[in-house]
Amino acid sequence: MSTQQAEPDTQEAPEDPAMKGAESPAAEKQKGGDMVDERDESQAEFDGETVHIKVFRYDPEVAEKQEPRFDDFHVPFEKGMTVLDSVMYARDEYDSSLTFRHSCRQAVCGSDAFFVNGKQRLGCKTQISDLEQPIRIEPLPHQEVVKDLVVDMDHFYDQMHAVEPYFKSEDTPDASKLEEQRQSRENREKVKMSTRCIWCASCMSSCNIAAGDNEYLGPAAINKAYKFAMDDREEEDIKEHRLRILEQEHGVWRCQTQFSCTEVCPKDIPLTEHIQELKREAVKKNLKFW
Amino acid sequence: MYEHDVIVVGAGGAGLRAAVAAHEAGADVAMVTKLHPVRSHTGAAEGGINAALQEGDDWELHAYDTMKGSDYLGDAPAVETLAQDAPEETINLEHWGMPFSREEDGTVSQRPFGGLSYPRTTYAGAETGHHLLHTMYEQVVKRGIQVYDEWYVMDLATTDEDDPNDRECHGVVAYDVQSGQIEGFKANNGVVLATGGPGQAFDHTTNAVSCTGDGQAMAYRAGVPLEDMEFIQFHPTSLPSTGVLISEGVRGEGGILYNNEGERFMFEHGYANNSGELASRDVVARAELTEVNEGRGVDDEYVHLDMRHLGEERIMDRLENILHLAEDFEGVDGLIEPMPVKPGQHYAMGGIEVDENGQTCIDGLYAAGECACVSVHGGNRLGGNALPELIVFGRRAGYHAAGGDLGEAEIRTGYGDDVEDETDTEFPVAPGAAGLETSGGVAADGGVTADAEGVLERRVETARERVDGLIDKDDGIQHSEIRAKLQQAMTDYVNVFRTEDGVKKALEIIRECREEYQDVYVDDPSRTFNTDLQQTIETRNLIDVAETIALGALVRDEFRGAHWRKEHQERKDDEWLKHTLVSWDDGEPSIFYRPVILEGESKTYEPKERSY
Repeated sequence: MSTQQAEPDTQEAPEDPAMKGAESPAAEKQKGGDMVDERDESQAEFDGETVHIKVFRYDPEVAEKQEPRFDDFHVPFEKGMTVLDSVMYARDEYDSSLTFRHSCRQAVCGSDAFFVNGKQRLGCKTQISDLEQPIRIEPLPHQEVVKDLVVDMDHFYDQMHAVEPYFKSEDTPDASKLEEQRQSRENREKVKMSTRCIWCASCMSSCNIAAGDNEYLGPAAINKAYKFAMDDREEEDIKEHRLRILEQEHGVWRCQTQFSCTEVCPKDIPLTEHIQELKREAVKKNLKFW
Repeated sequence: MYEHDVIVVGAGGAGLRAAVAAHEAGADVAMVTKLHPVRSHTGAAEGGINAALQEGDDWELHAYDTMKGSDYLGDAPAVETLAQDAPEETINLEHWGMPFSREEDGTVSQRPFGGLSYPRTTYAGAETGHHLLHTMYEQVVKRGIQVYDEWYVMDLATTDEDDPNDRECHGVVAYDVQSGQIEGFKANNGVVLATGGPGQAFDHTTNAVSCTGDGQAMAYRAGVPLEDMEFIQFHPTSLPSTGVLISEGVRGEGGILYNNEGERFMFEHGYANNSGELASRDVVARAELTEVNEGRGVDDEYVHLDMRHLGEERIMDRLENILHLAEDFEGVDGLIEPMPVKPGQHYAMGGIEVDENGQTCIDGLYAAGECACVSVHGGNRLGGNALPELIVFGRRAGYHAAGGDLGEAEIRTGYGDDVEDETDTEFPVAPGAAGLETSGGVAADGGVTADAEGVLERRVETARERVDGLIDKDDGIQHSEIRAKLQQAMTDYVNVFRTEDGVKKALEIIRECREEYQDVYVDDPSRTFNTDLQQTIETRNLIDVAETIALGALVRDEFRGAHWRKEHQERKDDEWLKHTLVSWDDGEPSIFYRPVILEGESKTYEPKERSY
C-alpha cells in the first residue's frame, strides 16, 4: 500500500521493495531480544513472537548520534500492539535515550505522528500487525529533526497562528443572561470535520507544496481557517477578512489538489475539499488571486 | 530569569481558563507547560459539561445531584459554586466559538447522564473535551498570552518557614525540554497549578502518559496537604492493552458483558439483578474483577463486551467510533467478535487542598482542575462534572491570582484548629523521605529570610545540581524499572478492591521504590530533548503521590463512593464525614482530618443512601 509521497530530504524512499530487510551496516546496532527469523515477513506469515523495528536516531549533542542512523530493536509482540507501544517498549527495556513525543495513546493529542514504512501515521493508532517488517520508523519528513523522532514544530504552529485561529465576533449576546448564539444543525455539520484536527502535522509533512514553499500556510492551517470562515456565527465582514488572508500569495491558491494531506489525515478530514471550497468562496467574493 | 505577574503551570482546560481570566484581570500572565497546550489530556474527555442552562433546570438541582454523587464528601460551598458558575462559563465557551452540538432551534444540545436529575450535560459530539481544549487555546492565542511550551516545571520557589501556612510562593523552576536549559520564572502575584491527574501511578489507566501528578507532588513537598487522595474512579470498560476508554454508550445501547464461560455475569452471578450492565461504574468494575479473580476471566485478565447482536446498522449509526477504537487500539473488529475490556484508573477525585477561590494554604500558590481538590467530587465524580470544574475553578484561580476579589472563602485550608489528627493507624513502614534525598525534593533547607529573587535563585541552583547529578551518574537503577514496580503495586493493591493487608503491602513496595530511587540515574547524556530525564523526575513525583493515595486508603476504614474496603463494607457517617489530608511535613508525613461542609447557602445537605 505504497503511496506516492514527497521525497524526504535526507532519507531513502522506504517502500522500495529492494530496501526491505536490507540494513545499512553502518547503522546496525543490535539491541534486545533475538534476531528475528528473516524469512518472508509479510503479514500473513507473521510469526507473532517478536517485532522488528528500525528506528531513526539522531542527536546533535551526542558524538555517536550526530550522524543519523537506524537502530534495530526486536520487541515482543502482543495482540493489539501499536507502533507507539513498540517504541515505548524499546525505550523502557533497551535504550532509555530513544526519544519521541507521545501522550494520550488514543489519537487525540496528536503528538506521535511518525513516518512509518514511508507514510505519515499516528504511532498510537497504527497496528503493528498491519505493517510489513522490518518496520521503519522515522521522524516526519520536511521538518527539522530535533532528536530521534522529535521534529521542530515551531513552523507548523506559526502557520496555524497565521490564520488568526480564533473566533472574532464581538457581537455576542450577554453571557450573564445565558444567551447563546444560535447555530443551525446544518452549519454545525458543515464545520464538524474541520474541527477534528489534532495538529499532528501529518498533512503538512506529506504536502509537496509545503515542502517547496516554506511560507505556504499548509493544509492544517487552511482547514483551521475553514472552520471559522464557514461558521455562520461570525459576521460577513470578518469572513471577508479571513478570505483575504487565505487568498494571499502563500494561501489556498498554492494547493495543487494532490490529496496527499487528505490521504494521511488520521482524523479523516477532507482537507483538500476544504481548500477547494475556500478557493470557490474567494472567487465568489471577487477577491483577486495569484 | 523570566518574570510575570501570574505563572500558570499546565495548559489543559483549567490552565487555559486561568490564564485567560488572569489576563482579563489585567495581569501579565504566562503559561509554562510540559506539553504544547493542544496536547493536554483535557482533549480526551468525551461526555460533556454539566450546566443548568434550561428553563425547568436549576443550579440547586445540579448541586444536589453532585452532593449525592459525592457520597456526601463534597464541600457545599465548592459544590454550589460549581453549579452556580457552570452555566455562564458554558455560555462563554459558546461565545468563544466552541462547536457544541445543536438542537433544531439552534440552541446548544444537552443530554442525560448518570446521576443527573435533569438532562444538563452540554456536549460537542463525543469529543467535548477536544473542542473545549482547542477553543480555550484559541482564546489564549487571541490574547497574545505567552506560552512557554515544552518547559517542564521541576520545583516551586516557596519559602520554608516551619509552618506551611506562613510560606509564600514566588515562582517556579523549569527546564526547556528542547535545550535542557534550567531557568527560574518569577511570579509577582501568584502561581496557578493546573497539571492534571496522577493516573500514571497505576499500571492500567485511561489517562495520558503525561498525567504524572507533577503539580500535586510539588505542592505536597512545598507543604500543601493533599486531600482525599484515596478516592480514585475506575472505569469498567477500558481496552486491556492500552487503557483506551470504551464509552458507557455501548452498554447504554444494549452491549452485554460475558465471562469466559459465556455467562452474563452481571445477572447470573447476582451483581446487579435490576440494572445489570448499566449499574453504576464502581459496581460493574468490582463485578468484572471478581469474575477474573475467581477464574472466570478471559486470559485471566479481562471480560468480554459484546455488541454484535445490536446489528451492523445500529452500531454504525450510534457507535461507529467504538469500532474504530477497538480496531485501532486493540486490533479487534467489534462487528464480528466481542471486545476485551477491564477496569481502568480513570479519574482522581482528590488533590491539592484549595478553597473555592483556588487558593492553597501557601500564599501565592493556587491550583485548579483535576490536580486540585476543592472539594467538588468528594467520594465519587459524576460524569460531566470534570469539564465544568476546569472552567469554573480555572477562572476563579486565575482571577484571584491576578488580584481579583472573589470575597472571603468559606473553605479553610492547611493545618489549623479545625482539624483532627490521625492517631490510631499503624503503618507497616514509615512513609516520607528516604535517606538524604540527594535526588531532590525536600522543601525546607533554611534561608527563610531570603527575598523573592533569592528564593528563586536558590531553587534554580538546587534544580541544576539535581539534574547534573542525575545525568552525570553512570550507573544505578533506571526510573522505568521503579515506575513499573510502583504502577504494578498500585494496580495490585490499591485498585478497585482494597484490603488492609493489600494496602499495607503497597506501602511497603512504595517504600522500596523510594529506596531504589536514591540510586536512580539517567542514561541519556544529552541535554537535548532528554525525555529520560523528564520521566525520571516524573517518577519521583509518582512515588510521592502514590504514597498519599495508599495512606488515605489505609486510614479510611469505611466504604464510601469509589473507596471500597473489604473489612469495612459500610459508609460510616458518624466517623467519616471528613476529608483525609496528608501533609509532607518536610519528609515525615502526617495525616489529619477536616470536617466536610454540608451547610450550603440556604440549606443543609443531609446524608442519604446513595442509590439510583
